[in-house]
Amino acid sequence: MNARRRLVFDDVTHAYHDGNRTVSVLEAFSLEIHDGEFVSVIGPSGCGKTTLLNIVAGFVSPQSGHVTLDGAAIGAPGSDRGMVFQDYGVFPWLSARENIAFGLRLRANRRTPAEIAAICDHYLEIMGLAEFADAFPRSLSGGMRQRLALARSYAVQPRFLLMDEPFGALDAQTRSAMQNVLLQLQAEDAKTVLFVTHSVEEALYLSTRVVAVSARPTRVRRVIDVPFAYPRTDALRRAPEFQELVAELSDLVMQEYAAQQRQFSSIEQS
Amino acid sequence: MYDPTTTVKDDRGQHVSSRRALRAKRWTSEPWITRIGLSVLPWFVLIGLWYALRYSGLVKPALVPTPTDVFATFWRLLTQKGLAYDAFVSSARVVAGLAAGIALAVPVGFMLGWYRSLGRFLDPLVNFFRALPPIALIPLVIVYFGIGETAKIVILFYAAFFSGVIVMYEGIAQISPLYVRVARTLGATDAEIFQRVIVPLSLPHVLTALRVALGVTWATLVAAELVAAQRGLGAVIQNASNYFQISTIYAGIACIGIIALGMDTILRALSSRMVSWQDRITR
Repeated sequence: MNARRRLVFDDVTHAYHDGNRTVSVLEAFSLEIHDGEFVSVIGPSGCGKTTLLNIVAGFVSPQSGHVTLDGAAIGAPGSDRGMVFQDYGVFPWLSARENIAFGLRLRANRRTPAEIAAICDHYLEIMGLAEFADAFPRSLSGGMRQRLALARSYAVQPRFLLMDEPFGALDAQTRSAMQNVLLQLQAEDAKTVLFVTHSVEEALYLSTRVVAVSARPTRVRRVIDVPFAYPRTDALRRAPEFQELVAELSDLVMQEYAAQQRQFSSIEQS
Repeated sequence: MYDPTTTVKDDRGQHVSSRRALRAKRWTSEPWITRIGLSVLPWFVLIGLWYALRYSGLVKPALVPTPTDVFATFWRLLTQKGLAYDAFVSSARVVAGLAAGIALAVPVGFMLGWYRSLGRFLDPLVNFFRALPPIALIPLVIVYFGIGETAKIVILFYAAFFSGVIVMYEGIAQISPLYVRVARTLGATDAEIFQRVIVPLSLPHVLTALRVALGVTWATLVAAELVAAQRGLGAVIQNASNYFQISTIYAGIACIGIIALGMDTILRALSSRMVSWQDRITR
């Protein structure tokens, strides 16, 4: 792959203190993400996946090693790195339209009122939220709230998108539908994405590359270049070669899950 | 790619904004006559029970006036004795004490809730002063501020501040840091986060603090006026008590209740307008 290097984790190590115990989260973690890639990180819950995203977003600074985006060290959080959270984080006091407009109205994004209106209309339309433009989030379903959160992130045109198990709180049907929405968004406006999930099927369905990581402290266990072409549809989920890959990767993730459980039980005993 | 929602649509299948939808729903499920009936009925029941008690023979008639007596006294006080002026004096004291107390409680409560370490540090002190009944401070306030208007406003300020600050503090401490993080990843500066995220999230707590403080302030006012005041509803009640005018006492009490209820209704209407996005207005 000759594409430009975008995000580089170089030998990153990070630990946090929990009472008098030091928990090592990342250890000698290295990964490169190229322009236009959609990279999913899968691993047992409770490993350092979210820490990876928080480092890129600028919420956490790693204790050692270097992380660069487009050649520059990671700075304070900003609109160049969008983030989508599992708990949606849609603003309950704003209507659907105003949620999308929130980022556009900030000084950092320099948009005129006419542009804001046009961008909001566009995303309300493609997200199927046009008739709910004036509704408050309390009257929207989980799937609609997450579509709103996605639209809000795409609307400010980030150079890089981070997603932290964005569909983890949704039921199975809504989750599949949302994966298709995300593929559709990517087809229209391909962002470079770092996506964290613990669903192997989701990772393989969405990504160009899947990185399986170990139990804590997180290291790269295996990298898979996903061999399926875009556009992907639900038919792919039923294809034997897709299911084979899901099974193979699931075994690996289960091993790490078991390792993580052993760690937790040894902590409880100590 | 369409998921079920709880949103209300009107009969043409158009989505209607939730506030309008709720109002429409309430109107259709309950005709206005039922609505008015339901808000008036409890009062009829109360007055009925009052008559029943009065004529039951269980109480001395001299000690319990009838509702008609009380209403007649109320009317006499209003037309001849300047009851409206007493009500105005009391309301003005409440509004002044409440305004001053909340004006300070909002920023202080915000700081305590937002800066967790400051909150933990000052929490015991705040709870100590809040637990003191403001009425217990009246003798001390008289020593320092005399028995004039200032003394009463100081006591009401104290009552409003400590009841408001705790509501504000606990409300702000519950605000999810998620919204601030979201705003940061969208490019918000600290000033923008304050103006566009923290202010709207704080508003419901300000309104709740105002309502809680209003109740406490009224209760304190009457106590303060009972001790030292020439005018005001508390003074009306105290004077009537000296001359054993039982129906005047009842009329004064009813007057306080009506004004406090009126103010609370206004605040409630205000908060349901301003924070209609909330699932449930805090009671």
